[in-house]
Amino acid sequence: MIEGILIGLATALSFKNIFMVMIGCFFGTIIGMLPGLGPMTAIALMIPITYGFDPATGLILMAGVYYGAVFGGSTSSILLNAPGVPGTVATSFDGYPMAQQGKAGKALAIAAWSSFAGGTLSAIYLLFMAPSLSKVSLSFRSPDYFALMILGLTAIAAFSSKGQFLKAMMMVVLGLMLASVGQDSLSDITRFTFDNMNLTDGISFVLVVMSTFAMSEALTIILKRNDPTAAAKQVSLTELGSIRINKEERGKMYRTIPRSSVIGFLIGVLPGAGATIASFLAYGMERNLVKDEEKEKFGKGSVNGLSAPETANNAACSGSFVPMLTLGIPGSGTTAVMLGALLGFGIQPGPRLYMTNPEIFWSVIMSMYIGMVILLILNLPLIPYIARILAVPKNYLIPLILFFSITGIYVMSFNNFDIYLMIGIAVVATFLRLYDFPMPPLILAFVLGGLMEENLRRSLLLSNGSWEFLWDRTLTICILVTTILIVLWHIYKTLTKK
Amino acid sequence: MNINTTKIISLLFFIFSAFYLYTAYQIQVFAFDENAPFNARTFPIYLGYSGLFFSGLKLILPDPDTIKVEHRTLEYKKTALLIVIAVIYGATILKVGYFLTTSLFLFASYYFLGERRWILMFLLSFPFVAAFMYLLHGVLEIYLRDPFLKSIGVMG
Repeated sequence: MIEGILIGLATALSFKNIFMVMIGCFFGTIIGMLPGLGPMTAIALMIPITYGFDPATGLILMAGVYYGAVFGGSTSSILLNAPGVPGTVATSFDGYPMAQQGKAGKALAIAAWSSFAGGTLSAIYLLFMAPSLSKVSLSFRSPDYFALMILGLTAIAAFSSKGQFLKAMMMVVLGLMLASVGQDSLSDITRFTFDNMNLTDGISFVLVVMSTFAMSEALTIILKRNDPTAAAKQVSLTELGSIRINKEERGKMYRTIPRSSVIGFLIGVLPGAGATIASFLAYGMERNLVKDEEKEKFGKGSVNGLSAPETANNAACSGSFVPMLTLGIPGSGTTAVMLGALLGFGIQPGPRLYMTNPEIFWSVIMSMYIGMVILLILNLPLIPYIARILAVPKNYLIPLILFFSITGIYVMSFNNFDIYLMIGIAVVATFLRLYDFPMPPLILAFVLGGLMEENLRRSLLLSNGSWEFLWDRTLTICILVTTILIVLWHIYKTLTKK
Repeated sequence: MNINTTKIISLLFFIFSAFYLYTAYQIQVFAFDENAPFNARTFPIYLGYSGLFFSGLKLILPDPDTIKVEHRTLEYKKTALLIVIAVIYGATILKVGYFLTTSLFLFASYYFLGERRWILMFLLSFPFVAAFMYLLHGVLEIYLRDPFLKSIGVMG
């Protein structure tokens, strides 16, 4: 393990990789700050560029974009009350009231320090947890993997959409259907190609991500341009105020950060949960734990109320790398995009990754520390300047997003058909978004589709076509019971909401 | 049953799943694979039934959170125009070349979205694409096909 850490540290500390983390953090901060554009869009736009690098550098760049986007999201939450990403919604509860009181600079500084602390602490947790989980996951067999994928898809559907479980499940099925297009991996029989040669190799992952996120995001922004609720958020930026945090405020943060980082990390590890749930849970927990007089301040500009979700959402980002790197199962939509990119590099994440490619495994973990430091150095002094990016006119932003999306596909295939297919999928995705059909479950399903079929194939062949493999092993049963509990919990939540 | 757009989307998804399932049954598998516990059509068949199941449930269950979209406020015209420009861009990029089509695509998009600052529009199209091309082609060594630049002798 020590050798692996040193290899990772050497890789992460190379000039090129530090530069990539910086670029990633900066680019991610800008994209994450723009309402409507989250880490998935930022990473999707980066994928074609990462293919020009080695896998470790590519993944480090994407990880930098990820933390940057989550931090950037909190900037627009605090300044505009318009969260750039869902994981920073809870940040706006106390961040925006602070900004309205003329303490925007302080709120941004608290968010920056909390993100830094949450990310760093969770990177330490990841350092110790990932290898042990890798060892445990070596005992996983095909039925367990199949069950785990069912769990991941069900969980992301249950957690990702506000009471829209069935819509999310429809998107899961659609993602799996899209993944089934092309040659069958074992028999080479073509499926759903309708004699179109362009579909023989299947639909590219980058194409699906670009069209469902970057492109449809851009089209949605244009479509909703005159929406009065969106226009109301375009307020002018007032004075930011001082970014100094006093002793009393630091004292509050010292108590909040450790507990919020633990809850954030643990929630991040669970497949499908992610930064949004982590930040809400941390906010709720903090509110219950503080003294009554502090409780009164929640929602009106509380330091604890701002620090808790900010710590938790960054901790959850690191946590979501655990299932991706050790099991090959992404914990969130964003890590699903990253998993797809890794598969594009020809690397299969999973329990053996840290043995076969230690430089990738450890350099990503090490780059998290470096990323957090860079994010802090980059963002604290640049807060007043970065905030101005919120004023970028949509007239320029949208064409540039479309340009990056189409270029991404063009350089990969040099094929007109792929561009038409991308535009077609983006139009459908834009329409589905209008009616709250969530896209992350579709991406997760698309990424897992091939692996899921492969594991089901192995399980069914080994059990001679019987579905008994689902209750043959204790581990499989445990995973399936968890899946059932998540579905039951969701039904209970829906019924009690009524 | 309350008929709303979500229900119509669910109905369309139901029909799509039925079509997918029908196509899944038509997948030709090898004779020796026909009765195997798992062949190329097994997983798609399960998917087809899953699609029917979830969209069917969405269709018959009441929808408590009806999504209301204010169509009057939506910018259909500009969005459609942008899509048409993107399609034209996609159709010409291979024949004309990356530099010219991309620059014109960006310039046209800025214009149709209401921008009229010509110098900024120019700077964020032609020189911007040239710089981006240099980054991809020159620095990252990602091949970019460009018959136009080749014909005027800029690219080898």
